[in-house]
Amino acid sequence: MTDTLVPWDDVLAAYDPALGLEVHVELNTHTKMFCGCPAVFGGEPNTQVCPTCLGLPGAMPVVNGKAVESAIRIGLALNCEIAEWCRFARKNYFYPDMPKNFQTSQYDEPICFEGWIDVEVEGETFRVEIERAHMEEDTGKSLHVGGATGRIHGADYSLVDYNRAGIPLIEIVTKPIMGAGAKAPAVARAYVSQLRDLILALGVSEARMDQGNLRADVNLSLAPKGTGGLGTRTETKNVNSFRSVERAVRYEMQRHAAVLDAGGAIFQETRHWHEDTGVTTAGRAKSDADDYRYFPEPDLVPVAPSREWVEELRGTLPENPVERRARLQSDWGYTDLEMRDVVASGVLVPIEETVAAGASPQAARKWWSSELARRANDAGVDVVDLGVSPAQVAAVQALVDAGTVNDKLARQVFDGLIAGEGTPEEIVAARGLAVVSDDGALGAAVDAAIAANPDVADKIRDGKVAAAGALIGAVMKEMRGQADAARVRELVLEKLT
Amino acid sequence: MSAGADLTRRTAAQLADALAAGETTSVEVTQAHLDRIGTVDGAVHAFLHVDAEGALAQAAESDARRAAGRPAGALDGVPIAVKDVLATEGLPTTCGSKILEGWVPPYDATVVSRLRAAGLPILGKTNMDEFAMGSSTEHSAYGPTHNPWDLDRIPGGSGGGSAAAVAAFEAPLALGTDTGGSIRQPGAVTGTVGVKPTYGSVSRYGLVALANSLDQVGPVTRTVMDAALLHEVIGGHDPRDSTSITQSVPDLTDAVRRGATGDLTGVRIGVVKELGGDGYQDGVQARFAEAVDLMVANGAEVVEVSCPTFVHALATYYLILPAEASSNLAKFDAMRYGLRVLPEGIDSPSAEDVMRATRDAGFGDEVKRRIILGTYALSSGYYDAYYGQAQKVRTLISRDFDAAFQQADVLVSPTAPTTAFKLGEKLDDPIAMYLNDLATIPANLSGVPGISVPGGLAEEDGLPMGVQILAPTMADDRVYRVGAALETLLADQWGGPLLDRAPALNGAS
Repeated sequence: MTDTLVPWDDVLAAYDPALGLEVHVELNTHTKMFCGCPAVFGGEPNTQVCPTCLGLPGAMPVVNGKAVESAIRIGLALNCEIAEWCRFARKNYFYPDMPKNFQTSQYDEPICFEGWIDVEVEGETFRVEIERAHMEEDTGKSLHVGGATGRIHGADYSLVDYNRAGIPLIEIVTKPIMGAGAKAPAVARAYVSQLRDLILALGVSEARMDQGNLRADVNLSLAPKGTGGLGTRTETKNVNSFRSVERAVRYEMQRHAAVLDAGGAIFQETRHWHEDTGVTTAGRAKSDADDYRYFPEPDLVPVAPSREWVEELRGTLPENPVERRARLQSDWGYTDLEMRDVVASGVLVPIEETVAAGASPQAARKWWSSELARRANDAGVDVVDLGVSPAQVAAVQALVDAGTVNDKLARQVFDGLIAGEGTPEEIVAARGLAVVSDDGALGAAVDAAIAANPDVADKIRDGKVAAAGALIGAVMKEMRGQADAARVRELVLEKLT
Repeated sequence: MSAGADLTRRTAAQLADALAAGETTSVEVTQAHLDRIGTVDGAVHAFLHVDAEGALAQAAESDARRAAGRPAGALDGVPIAVKDVLATEGLPTTCGSKILEGWVPPYDATVVSRLRAAGLPILGKTNMDEFAMGSSTEHSAYGPTHNPWDLDRIPGGSGGGSAAAVAAFEAPLALGTDTGGSIRQPGAVTGTVGVKPTYGSVSRYGLVALANSLDQVGPVTRTVMDAALLHEVIGGHDPRDSTSITQSVPDLTDAVRRGATGDLTGVRIGVVKELGGDGYQDGVQARFAEAVDLMVANGAEVVEVSCPTFVHALATYYLILPAEASSNLAKFDAMRYGLRVLPEGIDSPSAEDVMRATRDAGFGDEVKRRIILGTYALSSGYYDAYYGQAQKVRTLISRDFDAAFQQADVLVSPTAPTTAFKLGEKLDDPIAMYLNDLATIPANLSGVPGISVPGGLAEEDGLPMGVQILAPTMADDRVYRVGAALETLLADQWGGPLLDRAPALNGAS
């Protein structure tokens, strides 16, 4: 079934969107939230488990102090208040990938609350208010075998891997973001992207969206324009790239508008985002029947971070994002427009790392902001998930600087990197991409070009040096771009003047 | 009397002395108890699982340590029975429920690790009400345990198996767990000693939780000294239990030695007005009054204290316990361990169908009753009125304790309102069953320690009753001191331990 969508401009003319984002961040602590099992990605199924994270009868949880520290640092970086005293709570519901059939989470006493973060969209700053950031544990992972959809319905059987069960999560929940209008999709994307930058700067998570370290749920509702109200919302789950966040918001706005225009009502439900087709489909209905019967976890004592500790952690925070962007722009000598472009493409951190790896700021920007961002867009992935690391970009630029390749050949090196063909040097060697500056080979090509273009050669002999370009072009064509253009020019002029 | 029978009549402290003196071996002691189990447990049914091979192997290791001059502790080689709610690596752990039939834990509860480290051979696992829900052990899915004083009567619950094993001389020591009286009430009705330590002073890691904020592991023995010796083995901080208290418990065996002089000079004994009167059997009240008089005659001062909110303790308990239990028991879903029942009439059942069918078949009625109660009490819209309110009353009960302990060093009451009733008598009346725990529940709600010591036989039925002694949090030494004093004074009156008057069981000499 295909949803009816209202044209974008018509949505904006009739409705005001309200956005809300719930982002789950998987922490990179060595051990899980409530036990000593390693909290690392991968591993053979069910090898990183113990009585506690398997929920065996009698096993008990113990809070991971490092996870509490990370939660507080995230909260402080988001300008939150840090609770003087808070508790864990049980969220009770049955699901096979949840070992205890309750998730140990936090309910009405989150460790961090009442914060904000400023995000920039096309030069405009939006303040996103943070309602809360709380600690919880991840569930296991179900693999539904058989059936067409990979979902539980229609599957022949399901397997569960509990390696992920108990990995520490921080859930960051915004207050409703109102007034973004046409920029709502971009604001959503910018928020998640800048939140990711912050998480990376804090060093508390790998924050890879493609690996599920950072997962976004998008809440959206529409209200008739100018009424200032809040409509019924839908929650689109696990939108796992910046680009998808933007697309999902836009899609849901257009779909909601169609339902409302037709006099229908939006059901409060979860929606599944389909990356491939760019649509959402109905999931589970949210209703009063969802009663998680929260109550304070009786196996854990309250978490009461001392004010001294909180202030000590405040001292470990990275620079705030606005100041950081200003500093980097000044250090790198980017124009306002260039900087805005860099931030919008989500390549600030990669550029910083590329510069740190030795490339010039302009070179780093050239590759990330145009070349790689364009390729990522074509491939429908986030640029950071393209498969090219900042160190590799710096290595490619070093080859350009050394004259081994030119920009055009460098693009072919990127092709090789994305295809996983090895290091930039290996790719240059394997693909035979090095620039030819050997006078013997070039001289022969220049002679051939002169012989093939006598008229042009005559013009140059007559002193019209500008005509040399045509001969250089002919040589480059002959050499399939792999000639050192400056040396070709010198040879042409040597031979004809 | 055979040598083996002689060994089973000894207290743990006496066995420890005999082992230390080289008069016997752990293998002999363990074998004697296994023989006794073989003789009487058909009638008593205190055990769900007996591990003769494992116990004898541990006994042989103990003897080797003694021979090498390196005993692991005072109780090294003295065998013990363990309530089936504690996880034991390699030994089945069912919690008295069908839903865990066949489950063998891959790990030991902390208290079990401590038993092993201290060299106590584990005889087996004892019967209990399913998931510790009950006061008679009749709710065990594997059939009831019988009271050694009268096989037609209940041994108390939920830890009727541990109490009966000790009362029937099948084990010198046992571990129990006490959520609302499950150590103390069986102690009272079987003429044995049971201690509920201060909440948090004995690790709960590996105790299959009934109600996490109320549960506590403790000793089940025939003498107060044996309880203290066992308590010192299992107590102390455990980093695996976040609710475990970091400070150490006071010296308990020393407290018993002081108490055993029988001198109670200067000890203020508070009789709790609300834990007596209506609902308490005459013979139980009479023996209790005599025990108080005896203590006063030996130097104690008696004061009557009032704890007005105790009348709400039962209602509070039956909101908090089912709420926590309903969540704890959710993990029994057939997905990872234990029973798995496929629903009938469904060709291709979903995980949910299997969960439903398994929980329907695997849980008994009392467990289902409490899951439903707890689910209701935690439901949105009812939470504040039930669970939230119960937590507030709980605070008030603790305040009543605080005020009472301003006036008295220990509080005393009958442990249970009646002596052992007949099997089946209260099975159809949950409220009548719940009333058995009237006097023991307040201690669980506030976390204070308590002991039940045998107080004699009720006039009207000749069955044992218990005297409960409660002390402030972390003052476990007080219950041992006063308990030991009362034990000594009563034994002097009786001319020996109360259990000497229990009828001989089938096959016993």
